[in-house]
Amino acid sequence: MNLISFNKFYKKLNIISLILIIVSLLLLLFKGLNYGVDFKGGTLIEIRTNKDTNNISIIRDSFNQMNLGDVSVKKFGNETDFIVKFEKQNSNDPKFIKNIQSNLSESIGNVEFRRVENVGPKVSSELLRSGIIAIGLSLAAMLLYIWIRFEWQFSLGAIFALFHDVIITLGIFSLFSLEINLSIVAAVLTIVGYSMNDTVVIFDRVRENLKKYADIKIFDLTNLSINETLSRTIITSVTTLLALISIYLFGGEILKGFSLAMILGVVFGTYSSIYIANPILVFLKVSQKTIIKEEKD
Amino acid sequence: MLYFSKLRIILVLLFTIIISYFAISNFTKLDDNLFSKNINLGLDLQGGSYLLLEIDNRPVITQKLQSKIIEFKKYFKNKDIVVRNFSIDNNAIIFESKTDQIEKIQKILDDDNSEINPYFQQYKSHQFEFLIDNNIFKLSFSRYGLVLLKNSSLDQAIEIVRRRVDEVGTNEPNILKRGNDRILVELPGLDDPNRIKSLLGKTANLTFQFITQSSDQSFGTEKLQFDDGSEEAIVNKRIVLSGDNLVDAKPTMDSQTNETVVSFTLDRVGAKKFGKATSSGVGKRLAIILDGKIISAPSVREPIIGGSGQISGNFTFQSATDLALLLRSGALPAPLNIIEERTVGPDLGQDSIDAGILSLIIGSFLVLIFMFYKYKIFGLIANITLIANLFLLIGILTLFEATLTLPGIAGIILTVGMAVDANVLIFERIKEEIKNEKNLIIAFDSGYIKSRTTILDANITTLIAAFILFFMGSGPVKGFSITLGVGILTTLFSVYFIARLFTAYYVIKNKDKEKII
Repeated sequence: MNLISFNKFYKKLNIISLILIIVSLLLLLFKGLNYGVDFKGGTLIEIRTNKDTNNISIIRDSFNQMNLGDVSVKKFGNETDFIVKFEKQNSNDPKFIKNIQSNLSESIGNVEFRRVENVGPKVSSELLRSGIIAIGLSLAAMLLYIWIRFEWQFSLGAIFALFHDVIITLGIFSLFSLEINLSIVAAVLTIVGYSMNDTVVIFDRVRENLKKYADIKIFDLTNLSINETLSRTIITSVTTLLALISIYLFGGEILKGFSLAMILGVVFGTYSSIYIANPILVFLKVSQKTIIKEEKD
Repeated sequence: MLYFSKLRIILVLLFTIIISYFAISNFTKLDDNLFSKNINLGLDLQGGSYLLLEIDNRPVITQKLQSKIIEFKKYFKNKDIVVRNFSIDNNAIIFESKTDQIEKIQKILDDDNSEINPYFQQYKSHQFEFLIDNNIFKLSFSRYGLVLLKNSSLDQAIEIVRRRVDEVGTNEPNILKRGNDRILVELPGLDDPNRIKSLLGKTANLTFQFITQSSDQSFGTEKLQFDDGSEEAIVNKRIVLSGDNLVDAKPTMDSQTNETVVSFTLDRVGAKKFGKATSSGVGKRLAIILDGKIISAPSVREPIIGGSGQISGNFTFQSATDLALLLRSGALPAPLNIIEERTVGPDLGQDSIDAGILSLIIGSFLVLIFMFYKYKIFGLIANITLIANLFLLIGILTLFEATLTLPGIAGIILTVGMAVDANVLIFERIKEEIKNEKNLIIAFDSGYIKSRTTILDANITTLIAAFILFFMGSGPVKGFSITLGVGILTTLFSVYFIARLFTAYYVIKNKDKEKII
């Protein structure tokens, strides 16, 4: 069997990953995330105009006249569809949305409100908190599971890989100011599951090979294991990406952010299983003794 | 691993066929009585409104404290205990006692069977906690006292909300408690929630009070605005009649003025009170007040003793209908605020379904082609498994009448992409085993056995993520976690029962072939 020498690039790629993580953390720290109305509070309206002449600046101007705070208008899929977001949300005034609609029809003609989301400050901070708890909880649950199933060196490798994937995915969202909403949290959790899944498959093989070969150093043993599971890694990544790309291209505007986060997650998850999780085993000098000692316990 | 008993084969096929039938029943209009369940479409797919309401309990707490003060005064008077200077400060009742009676009061309040400070027997906690500073008592609600109060006001409110929503007549509204001060209202198919929102936004406290000129009345007076904001009037604080005494209200046309009015009918007690007040108040103006604003203030021309009357006030037919509806359904115990609203129009919902189904078809097609290209005959087996898996997943969602949301459809597509993983792991393992093992049946068998723990490990991790999402997520995201989680279970079933069945059949038939996989 011709082995591809993945292990030759451990060091170089680890440095690149480290840089990516640091850049992502800096982005998250200084640029921050672009929270949607779910987490920031405010109002989102998806409108469909029936004239092609309506462009973003006309719509923005007519919303700006209504004193709604910071208004942002973006094209959403079709030429006639726009997403309008603004800070103000007025829960105590049941006519709030109705008034906006009638103001708007005066200035730019009849518009259809396809979707309205109006989230108060209390709810948005609760949603943000439960989102963070959910991600934290899932990382902790994964750590616990892998700690029970494997030796601690393996758990450390898997968890580093998870953090790597989550941080870089969020970093990319920060860099391009992509919106973070509830479905992105779902995507991040699924990434956590997928990345773990991918790492576990290689780790299972590493452990099996450790039992089989006493004389192969962990540096080469991880490489052997990566190679043995490589075709599975590729096939599963490809099928998952095929499904996700199909959601991204055909699943409508609402799922764009979700599927993009998942695509990034699958790419980084696959990469990190090979280039983050395994070098950590090498770094921690895992050997046959590691697992045999565990089994005696 | 390749051996299947006849019974097992039959059971697997039977299970798959029955569940698939459930799945298909969603799409065809088979008019049979065998199975009538359907997948529920989430609000984001069928269109509709999601409203989260929060009760502002402050007025309820103040009201409760006020009535508690009356109770205290009466109780201590009966016991010959002197208490004075009652006041309410910061949600607490404050009063003074004589120095030599402090202990006595303390004992009454601390008693496990205290009449005045109840709940200890049931909840091991009194309704009120108290502090004593010299001879000043300060009573505030205990945690349980507050919870019980909030629960009862929530129960009342939810009942009123239900009545109002039902009166508007939307189809299958869903009204649920959330915590102890929130109500979730889901209104499928409603594309314009404005009317419901304005109906739920009103407390609908109706009172009849006389307008006075002088401000020195025995009950005190208050200055109130007219509903149209045109003027103000001073009204006597004494409530002649409140909305509680109303038994019916409906919009009608006044035959004399040709104006839309709301006519109401009173219960017996109300009729008596109203008759008495209007007899003594002929010539005075009686203000009809809704939520602190005067709707109208007609002069009493003659005593109204029949127990019915009408409210005028420049109504359109719609506003009269709404007011009548509010009066019929009763007043909320406290104001409700809409703290979260999500409305999806029916067009967008249908567009989302179309896009979801299109991407499901394209995604599945790409995966099927890829698998066939990679594994040929075994790709075909994996593909049959994948299709069966899809039917099982949709069938089980139907069986449990789960709610399918747009992210839920994404979860199904993702399942298609990830479900092949288990079969791939097995096939790859078998390929490795064949290198060292000439007997195909043994090679296949050990391929299945050796890949088993890996497959379980890999799927449990995703299942954990799905579980956490289910418990932490809400609405559409919850829908995603359900399809993802159920998808893993159906994947495992289809891989280990359906795919293995086909694999076993094929391998046993072709056990002497050179290159089988």
